[in-house]
Parts: sequence; structure tokens; C-alpha cells
Amino acid sequence: MPPPQTSVPLAGPRIAAIFPCVIALALLLCSRTYAQENYFVTYSHEMEEPGNLEIAAKNVTGSPKSGNAFFATALELEYGVKAWWTTELYLDGQTTTDQSTLFTGFRWENRVRPLLREHWINPVLYFEFENINGADKALLEVVGHDARADFLGRNHRSEKKREAEFKLILSSNFKGWNVSENIIAEKNLSNAPWEFGYALGASRALALAASAKSCRFCRENFALAAEMYGGLGERHSFGLHDTSHYAGPVLTWNIPNGPSLRLSPNFGLNSNSHGFLMRFMVSYEIDQVLSKLRGR
Amino acid sequence: MRRLPLALLLFALAGTLYAGPGNGEWLRKVPAKDRNRANPLASDPDAPIAGAKIFAAHCAACHGAQAEGKTDAKHSRPNLHSDRVKQATPGELFWLLTNGSLNNGMPSWSRLPAPQRWQLVTFLKSLP
Repeated sequence: MPPPQTSVPLAGPRIAAIFPCVIALALLLCSRTYAQENYFVTYSHEMEEPGNLEIAAKNVTGSPKSGNAFFATALELEYGVKAWWTTELYLDGQTTTDQSTLFTGFRWENRVRPLLREHWINPVLYFEFENINGADKALLEVVGHDARADFLGRNHRSEKKREAEFKLILSSNFKGWNVSENIIAEKNLSNAPWEFGYALGASRALALAASAKSCRFCRENFALAAEMYGGLGERHSFGLHDTSHYAGPVLTWNIPNGPSLRLSPNFGLNSNSHGFLMRFMVSYEIDQVLSKLRGR
Repeated sequence: MRRLPLALLLFALAGTLYAGPGNGEWLRKVPAKDRNRANPLASDPDAPIAGAKIFAAHCAACHGAQAEGKTDAKHSRPNLHSDRVKQATPGELFWLLTNGSLNNGMPSWSRLPAPQRWQLVTFLKSLP
């Protein structure tokens, strides 16, 4: 006899209906440029160009030991408000084998560049409000004592997480390389301690100069990166004890006049981590979306 | 009286945020050593072609497919055939691409590797 469902699997079909509409809108508006960052978890100081909208599906799948395999998607809508201010909305959902498919909440984030010129290290201030539930598995960051054990229970939406998240993003571009460091502080707005985490990344395009011919498979359209991220405990138990950490390579293919595809196998670095996660992402960037909607 | 410095600060900030677009203000900010940088790809025959490709991918949406500029009720994106661009040194254009003019809506293109930014400069300098 199958175990009883603890959540109502209605949101999944809704997401399934919305997602093709968003992609169709993107194709209708004809994407022109490609997405920017070469990481999944780490942020660099690259901002969305003002007026551009990026639509992305960030996916992660894993099969935790002693648990059920899962597939989580974060639908990302990123808009450049100003050249120094980017805002993003994430809609999260997940499906877990032998359990359910459900919408797990939303996140609204803002990134602001306080310094208006390029420096050796470029800071970006990041603010996010999350309204997600305990079934969220998007793994957009790892903080505090987040661990594989969190993924072993059944899907349930009773645990509400209204959280504020702050990041200090430090990022440098040097000789074709980008090196980024993120320091994360997250607070559940109910009575819970601050949680901390980090993300580090380095990336480089496979060719620094563009070729003169039009081509999809030119080396300049590919970027290779490595990233590492994990938790740093809580306010009262800061450090690496009982935390999880991941590392992995990231390959990005920016298809000219088309979408960007990104793939990253992530490997858990200790026993609290998932042994293996596969991340993949498809993104479209629509230039000057409001002008196009106005028909100009 | 104590509020006066705060009011002045807010006024200055607002002025900065709403500075007029495409006013060439950025030219005064370019350090001398950057202004005098030579374009290492100036004599590369492929550079303007590759630069045109980069321009089409990243710049044409705002500046127009022919770099003719775009103006609407809210924005004025400069015409890149202008005298200001023609008279700017390659180093000044490279500096602008690297730093952007964030107050005026021009993003930083430091994410493009330096050779691609020089290819763009070569293309801009080849515009009639």
C-alpha cells in the first residue's frame, strides 16, 4: 500500500502550464544576446543590461542516499532596472520520486553595484526575500547546517520559510578570467539565528578574441568555470562543523542568437553533502523587452 | 541645520542618478594613461569584422543595428557615428567599454575579454 501523500500535487501542473508560455513569449520576442554569468551558485559583478530580461530555468537533480531522487527547478526572471541595479524573481518547484510535484515558493532578489567603475575587486550588494516552504530543493545556495538529511523527509509544505538573505559579492576580471567570492548571511524572519555560507568561482572563456566568422561552435562561445560552495554554520555555532560543501566544473555554451546552455556536475565534499548533484540550465535573454512589448 | 548636509547629499545623489544620457561627461573621467593606450588590434584586418559581430550581439539592441542611435520618450542612446566617437582615442573608447557609464545606462563590458573590447573599438573606429 503506498504511503499517504502529505501535500496536494496541484501546483506542478500549473508550473508545467506556465513554463511553456514563458518560453514561447521569449521565442516570440526573439532573443538576441546571451546570458552572462558562468556559474550556478556564485554571483559575479556582472549585471543585467538595463531593459533586458533574462528568462532561465535553473535545474538540479540528485538522488540522496537513503532518500528519493528529486528534480527541482527555479524559473528565473532577471531584469536590468539600471546599469547598476538588477532585480530577479525566482519561482521554485520540485518533484520527488514516489512522492509529489509541487510549487515550493518564490524569491525576490536585488543586486546593486555601489561603485560605478571597474576596480581590482568589485563589490556588489545583494538582498533577497524568500517565501518558500520546507519542501524546497532548488539548492540555490547552501547556508548554516543545510545537509543531505534535509532531503530525506517526505514533501511537506507546512514548514514556512520567510527569510531575508544578504550577500557581499566580490568579483574581479583579469586577463579573461573572472574570480568571484560570495559571503552569505541568511535569517529566517521568525525567531531563528543567522546562518552563514560562502560560494567561490573562477571562470574563463575558451577563447579571448572573437573570430571573424559567424559560428556556433567557436571557442569564444564556450566558457569553463569551477565553483565551490557550502555552509558556515550559524551565529551560535559558526564554522565547518556539521556543514555541507560542494565543488564542480561548469560548462557554458552561449549559442549566438539563441539560448545559453549550462551544465555542472557537483560533487559533495563530506558526509553531510549529497554525493552527486547534476545542475543544468537553459536561459534566454530578451533585449529591451519593454520597448518590444510597446512595439518599438 | 543638521539636515542640510543630508539634503545636499540626496540632491547630489539624485543629480547623479538622473544625469543626462550621452552627454560625453565620461570623457573627462578617463585617466591619462588609459586615454593614451594604443589599440593592439588596430592593424588586424579581422578585428573590425569580429567587432561588428560583437556589436550585433551586445550593442545593437540599444545603439541600433547600424549604430545610428535610438531615442524614445525615456532614453537617448547615442549615435556612434558622431564626432564625439570619431574624435575619441581608442584608449578612451576602451575605457568606456570597460567601465561603462552606469549612471547613464551604459553597462560595463568588462565581462568581455580585453581582446574583444579592442575588436569593438576597432569596429567603432571603422564606422563612416
